[in-house]
Amino acid sequence: MSIRTEEMILNVGPQHPSTHGVFRLVVKIDGEVIQEATPVIGYLHRGTEKLAEDLTYTQFIPYTDRLDYLNAMTNNYVWCNTVEQLMGIQVPERAEYLRVISMELNRIASHFVWWGTFLLDLGALSPFLYAFRDRETILDLFVKLCGARMTFSYMRIGGVRFDAPSGWLDEVRAVVKELRENIKEYDVLVTGNEIFQHRTRGVGVITKEQAIDWGLSGPVARASGVDFDIRRNDPYSIYDRFDFDIPVRTEGDVYAKYEVRLEEIRQSLCIIEQALDQIDKAESPIIAKVPKIIKPPAGEIYTRAEASKGELGVHLISDGTTKPYRVKLRRPSFVNIEILPELLKGENIANLIAIFGGIDVVLGEVDA
Amino acid sequence: MSEQLLNKAEQLLTTIVEKIQSKAGADAIIDSKLNFNRPMVVIDTSVWDNELATILRNDEQLQFDFLSCVSGVDYDNHMEVVYQFYSIPLDNYLMLKVKTNRQEPSVISVKQLWNTADWHEREAFDLLGIRFEGHPNLTRILLQDEWVGHPLRKDYNIDKEELGLD
Repeated sequence: MSIRTEEMILNVGPQHPSTHGVFRLVVKIDGEVIQEATPVIGYLHRGTEKLAEDLTYTQFIPYTDRLDYLNAMTNNYVWCNTVEQLMGIQVPERAEYLRVISMELNRIASHFVWWGTFLLDLGALSPFLYAFRDRETILDLFVKLCGARMTFSYMRIGGVRFDAPSGWLDEVRAVVKELRENIKEYDVLVTGNEIFQHRTRGVGVITKEQAIDWGLSGPVARASGVDFDIRRNDPYSIYDRFDFDIPVRTEGDVYAKYEVRLEEIRQSLCIIEQALDQIDKAESPIIAKVPKIIKPPAGEIYTRAEASKGELGVHLISDGTTKPYRVKLRRPSFVNIEILPELLKGENIANLIAIFGGIDVVLGEVDA
Repeated sequence: MSEQLLNKAEQLLTTIVEKIQSKAGADAIIDSKLNFNRPMVVIDTSVWDNELATILRNDEQLQFDFLSCVSGVDYDNHMEVVYQFYSIPLDNYLMLKVKTNRQEPSVISVKQLWNTADWHEREAFDLLGIRFEGHPNLTRILLQDEWVGHPLRKDYNIDKEELGLD
């Protein structure tokens, strides 16, 4: 006997706790099966690219903090790096090390937030407390380094704003050691949990072909077997000096994304330790000799970096004046959620939150 | 950058130019050079079609399977759509610039070949008013549907009163 069902429209968001911001998903469901899902974005659109055209190159740095506000260090970096490349500025060694250390710490902090909130979405409340306990130790380090917890504006064109305060590098070393121990608790608490595995294994599978076709990058792509990380394949800053693994899984489900992110945290800790070992030899200034008025020559460039969500790119066009002619920001979260309509079609409604949460988006970046 | 890599980029640029010319004719290319050691090619929108895009994606020597970014740019006399291509298997780059006029800017949609172009194209349509022919759902994406004008155009007039800023 077949049960009579009828289509109904379910409006998820824009104010919904699991969307972590203002994201709306219009879902057409038949019984419990999703027939169609339409993302609606733009609620947080501030016109960052338009604003950039009326700001100097340095003035734009704080605006990058507000894209992916959980990973502002990499945003700072990719903007400064783009301008430096265009102007041919050589960044001093010590600044490069400080940049790498702060970017990797930030990647870990960003993955912690994902880990905590993702499990919160799935209904596990206590992991959130563990994640935020650990994230706090990193934010404390950032406060000591630059005075801010999230919107750092720590990097400047040509280097960084502050050198590490005395004793800070030792504190980082201690935190790395502490986090390495704490992460073991994550596995004990969640990874092997049967309910968690049922909710994530085989759910929301993205194939390798789909991942490339939809332009996915970062942990989402690497969980689908795309062995690609900009830190290794197109090395920027001084990443070619460190020895680290790129975790790749082929399953493509939500669980694979979970595994990739947890392993990335461990690899980032490795990179930080190596950078701490090497930074003592780099006793140079922390910022290059940069002209007072930043005026890149006319030209056009696209640079990219591996942010915690994926490929963060800046397409910058300069007309030789003190303000950029055009800035296009390639935000990984914006690109990564494009696949949602295809991914959610035919899925059970109960999996919607797990699938969306698995992608890890920040709406500040989606809407820019 | 090492000489070896520079040679590789130069060779790639020659290959790309040859492929485009053999498909679209000798005068199809407006400009081609190495830009920050990476190939950059400028063509007109009349040359840029599905067939050429398919060559970029599927040709043995090119294999640009990953479309990083699509951006629209407004200049005084024309508009441009700039594609950042990357080939994961071959580790190659290409910046492709497609010129179109400013009165009725129009470029083909490449969503059929790279699904990721979908939202990039909608964004360029929303903020710059560039039409992407063949796009299945070319609607505003960041601004609300009732919005008038395209803010990233250089002649866009900001009405502070209407925006509640005055």
